[in-house]
Amino acid sequence: MSNDSSSEIEVAGAHEIEHALRRTDIDPRAAKRAERQVAIMFGGSVLASILFVVAFVSVKSTAVVNVPLIGLIGLQNLTLGLASGLGLFLIGAGATHWARKLMSDEEIVDERKSFASDDETREAVVESFQTGVEESGVMKRPLIRRTLLAALALMPIPAIVLLRDLGPLPETKSRETLWRKGSRIVTDISYRPIKPEDIPLGGLVAGALPADLLKVEEEEGNLNQRAKAAIILVRMAPDEIRSQQIQDGDFQGILAFSKICTHLGCPIALYEQRTKHLLCPCHQSTFDLADDGNVIFGPSARRLPQLAIEVDKEGYLVAKEGFQEPVGPSFWERG
Amino acid sequence: MSTTQRAVATTPTWIDDRIGAGKWLKKNLRKVFPDHWSFMLGEIALYSFILLLLTGVYLTLFYNPSMKEVVYNGSYAPLNGIKMTQAYESTLRVSFDVRGGLLVRQVHHWAALLFVAAVSVHMLRVFFTGAFRKPRELNWVIGVGLMTLAILEGFAGYSLPDDLLSGTGLRIAQGIVLAIPLVGSYVSSFLFGGEFPGTDFIPRLYSIHILLIPGILLGMLTAHLLLVWYQKHTQFPGPGRTNTNVVGYPLLPVYVAKAGGFFFIVSGIITLIAALFSINPIWQYGPYTPDQVSAGSQPDWYIGWLDGAVRVIPNWETVLWGHNISWNILLPALIIPGIMFTLLALYPWVEAKATGDKREHHLLDRPRNAPTRTGLGVMALTFYVLMWISGGNDIIAQAFSWSINSITWTIRVLLIVLPPLVFVITRRACMGLQRRDRDKLLHGRETGIIKRMPSGEYLEVHAPVSSATRAKLVASRESDYAPIEAPPAVDANGVKAPKKRRSGVKLSNFYFANRVIPPTDEEIEEGQHHAAGDLETVRPSGQITSGH
Repeated sequence: MSNDSSSEIEVAGAHEIEHALRRTDIDPRAAKRAERQVAIMFGGSVLASILFVVAFVSVKSTAVVNVPLIGLIGLQNLTLGLASGLGLFLIGAGATHWARKLMSDEEIVDERKSFASDDETREAVVESFQTGVEESGVMKRPLIRRTLLAALALMPIPAIVLLRDLGPLPETKSRETLWRKGSRIVTDISYRPIKPEDIPLGGLVAGALPADLLKVEEEEGNLNQRAKAAIILVRMAPDEIRSQQIQDGDFQGILAFSKICTHLGCPIALYEQRTKHLLCPCHQSTFDLADDGNVIFGPSARRLPQLAIEVDKEGYLVAKEGFQEPVGPSFWERG
Repeated sequence: MSTTQRAVATTPTWIDDRIGAGKWLKKNLRKVFPDHWSFMLGEIALYSFILLLLTGVYLTLFYNPSMKEVVYNGSYAPLNGIKMTQAYESTLRVSFDVRGGLLVRQVHHWAALLFVAAVSVHMLRVFFTGAFRKPRELNWVIGVGLMTLAILEGFAGYSLPDDLLSGTGLRIAQGIVLAIPLVGSYVSSFLFGGEFPGTDFIPRLYSIHILLIPGILLGMLTAHLLLVWYQKHTQFPGPGRTNTNVVGYPLLPVYVAKAGGFFFIVSGIITLIAALFSINPIWQYGPYTPDQVSAGSQPDWYIGWLDGAVRVIPNWETVLWGHNISWNILLPALIIPGIMFTLLALYPWVEAKATGDKREHHLLDRPRNAPTRTGLGVMALTFYVLMWISGGNDIIAQAFSWSINSITWTIRVLLIVLPPLVFVITRRACMGLQRRDRDKLLHGRETGIIKRMPSGEYLEVHAPVSSATRAKLVASRESDYAPIEAPPAVDANGVKAPKKRRSGVKLSNFYFANRVIPPTDEEIEEGQHHAAGDLETVRPSGQITSGH
């Protein structure tokens, strides 16, 4: 068989289209019945629309109903939804029923034409195109052509430059957190300072922040510092710590790590006390807190940064110094 | 004449008098559309999109895309007194203090889930039936663009409420942006107006979600439909259906009723689902804060495969001269999806290169009649589904008490082993089905009647296939073009064949490997004649009673 576009594909052309009569084509009573069915569906839609308005003004927003198999649903959502859903559905069902039972179901045939124009037209088009190109002189005048191309190529630059002021340059902000020497560690919900004896052996403080965070957030009006400063605290027996990033970074077995996953920045909080493993709920990177915070499984490529801690004069836990490496996901300039 | 009758009679003239649409209407009022259940898939996508536009406009009347902090004081008691952004607060308000607001929100979300699903399944239908072949390659590319935008639009949409789940999704997206070599930190800083989360991003995402992407979607969708209209719909092979005609029901009245009615059916069903089943209950998640997360965070279904790819990749990162290249993020989130969508868009040309076929195709392939294409499609689908399953690895681990590490490792191995295996099996299965069709044409169908010969031998009687079946079966000839013939390695003048041409032949041989050649008309006639004769000897009337 040739693969030329002019060759036609002959398939099954000789066969007749089959057509069987429907009940409604033969029996006028069946047709009348179908007509009534369609009308009932359209009528049902009318009722549903009225029901919607009734439900809208009469059902209290606080009412709740227990639907078998589904559970508790707000009654307003249920009634409004059922009414408008049925109202829509019945129009569609009626129209489809009408088409299937009463409208002609005889298939008709239409011929296709090839999309390509005849050769004469095609030649004429090519010719007009060539004439047009020639008259423009674009081929003869390379100076115009090249400068135009250069102009068009550079034209998007202003549009891209315009986007520059969408935000400031990144600078080194992703390397800095609020933690300084002496920053007091507070719990994330109640902002209470923490004493070592608050954390039992094997215990976990799933979220802690620097004490000055609230003040900074008030000033800056955003959560940017929180997204970097969040830490967790765990306590293990000092001899259970196999290795840590900062020598004597713990305080009596209490270790502080960044809570922000080094993979894509989710806050990590699933801690298994027995194995000392910390699991990120987003992509399941697993870190061993007893061993440097190293990655032992999952897509993250880097350990969780440790924050060295000690206690201040009043006996509260504080940072010994800031983080020694950037927290959170990788970025090009990180190193 | 009643008023209605008069209106019916005069409307076309009224229109023609004003815009001269007579010629166009004459041609198109009774335009033929072929019928098949699978042609509804694209319609579902279209109707859910219309529903999305309508409910979306309603939601903009209440939603406030601001990251300014307020204290909640509304009908949902558990969150009273809690600080949150206006974006989250206004989403709670439309859910609890606007009558029907929750319903519209849920319709919007369910419609979005269905929209992407319908687009995807519609694309599979177009792929496996070869509807993308000439002259419809352009529409295929528009379709791939529509699907990409649909996924982005969905992600943008569910990121707007600024609840804990959506904020976590944005954090991950920002992490992916950061991983872009060279410019990642800059792009992130510009997008978010500084550091994450900042206060600029949600308002920016809002205008992208309600204006930019839907605008492009609407334009591309219009082009998509215009091309379907202009090029006329493809049809499945059957009696009377050829490559040069189109057989089906007329636009007026059947398709107006069926397609119009179907819009209401789709909308009605989505609304009923929204009435009964809660979706994205943002009030349970709480407001977003970057130091909290809920376990088992799952994105909407169509992001699942990307999330799964990010989960399953090993932790590869290269640090060179103080610069980080995070393969563990770039590969699954940008490079692999980029390759997948590019291959998808280019597939019509890849196949055309393998077949060397330049003809127009308006008759659809049955998937078995294009074994290599079907095999490739199922292979890609397997890859996709595995990644999608990987996106739920934590849920699976919890449900079955399996180790998450072994699940991840299993999926890693399967991702490499299973797709090629599935390709081989599918292609084989297709060829088996083709051989069965060929047998049916050559020897008739099995009747289940056993005949005992005078010699004592038993034979099964075959009967000729019906003309409808025959029309369906011989259609495989339509796509049966021969592999490209290899040029001589060195031609008569001693010139070597160009490498490019030889690679084309290789591709062609791969595509047509173990081809089942459909029988010719003469062969079929002879075979069917035999079967008919066979039958005569059993039942002189030629009638076979059905049943056993």
